Amino acid sequence: MAFTTTKSAFWRGVRDSAPFLLVSGPFGLLFGVLAAEAGLNVPEAFTFSLAVFAGSAQFTALQLLQENTPLMIVLVSALAVNLRVAMYSASLTPYLGDAPLWQRACAAYLVVDQSYALSVVKFETEPDMTVPQRMAYFFGTNGLVAPGWMIATITGALVGAQIPESWGLDFVLPLAFLAMIGPMLRTPAHLVACFVAIAVSLPATLLPYNLGLIVAGLAGMMAGAQAELWLERAAARQTAKRERQS
Amino acid sequence: MNGFGQFELWVVIIGLALGSFGLRFAFIGFMGGRPMPAWLMRHLRYTAVAIIPALVAPLVVWPSTTGGEPSLPHLAVAALTFAVGYLTRNVLWALLSGVSGFLLLFYLLS
Repeated sequence: MAFTTTKSAFWRGVRDSAPFLLVSGPFGLLFGVLAAEAGLNVPEAFTFSLAVFAGSAQFTALQLLQENTPLMIVLVSALAVNLRVAMYSASLTPYLGDAPLWQRACAAYLVVDQSYALSVVKFETEPDMTVPQRMAYFFGTNGLVAPGWMIATITGALVGAQIPESWGLDFVLPLAFLAMIGPMLRTPAHLVACFVAIAVSLPATLLPYNLGLIVAGLAGMMAGAQAELWLERAAARQTAKRERQS
Repeated sequence: MNGFGQFELWVVIIGLALGSFGLRFAFIGFMGGRPMPAWLMRHLRYTAVAIIPALVAPLVVWPSTTGGEPSLPHLAVAALTFAVGYLTRNVLWALLSGVSGFLLLFYLLS
């Protein structure tokens, strides 16, 4: 479907993103609950979600804060979890890079998994869209998800304040992360990165200041990158062999 | 608060807000259409799938709810959550199984 106006592009984005409310809603709720359990009040939990607007980084920071981790390590680890948005930003640049600076600044704040995934597919399949239409679509994908995330956080923080500590909700956080990881593992190289990181992370807990997380994360990243290179070369060799035979 | 104060909380909120925005703005804002070095992109692709498991693994092996004692039921619920996410490719089903498993743990162990 070709867009006639930027307005229709915006609403198309809103409609396409609606199913993602089912994901960001529960996670926002969970963040609110866990923030309340950690001792944050409702305005603090809300400000956290509003200012940072990055689920996995928020969960990471919340966990590490409770483990008495030095602040520098909390920040580095949480930002490392969020490094993928830098990659999203890089891959959206060819489509949105010509928009005015203030629009790009607003768009930057709104780069999350959902808006990126929807937009990049849309921009690839409809190369005729103008830059304003693309921007409108991109903002539309956040029209529900961003307010949904904030409202869910507030609701969760209100609910969480009522839940007694004895419920042991701490364990829900690793479960939430585990739920996110499964669908991210799309290639053999992803699996290599994941399992190397796990293998290194267990002995690395002996390192002081929760540095083990960063060490294990880097080990996993390097393993994933190497695995990708190796698999590409193996595939290239296969093709070369087949071409020689035919 | 559990192990941290107001000061720590606000340093983290403000630091993360600036840092996350910086990461997101870095390329859309500054790089323009210039290509990224391939080796950097190759490593960035694996940040989330490496760092999140590295964060989770110790929490699953030594759960804080048991006081850090390894626990087979916790391990089983974690494995279930991961397996459902991996096999269905659906975060929501995985989260649902995780929460159901957690409720089961809650009833069994309390």
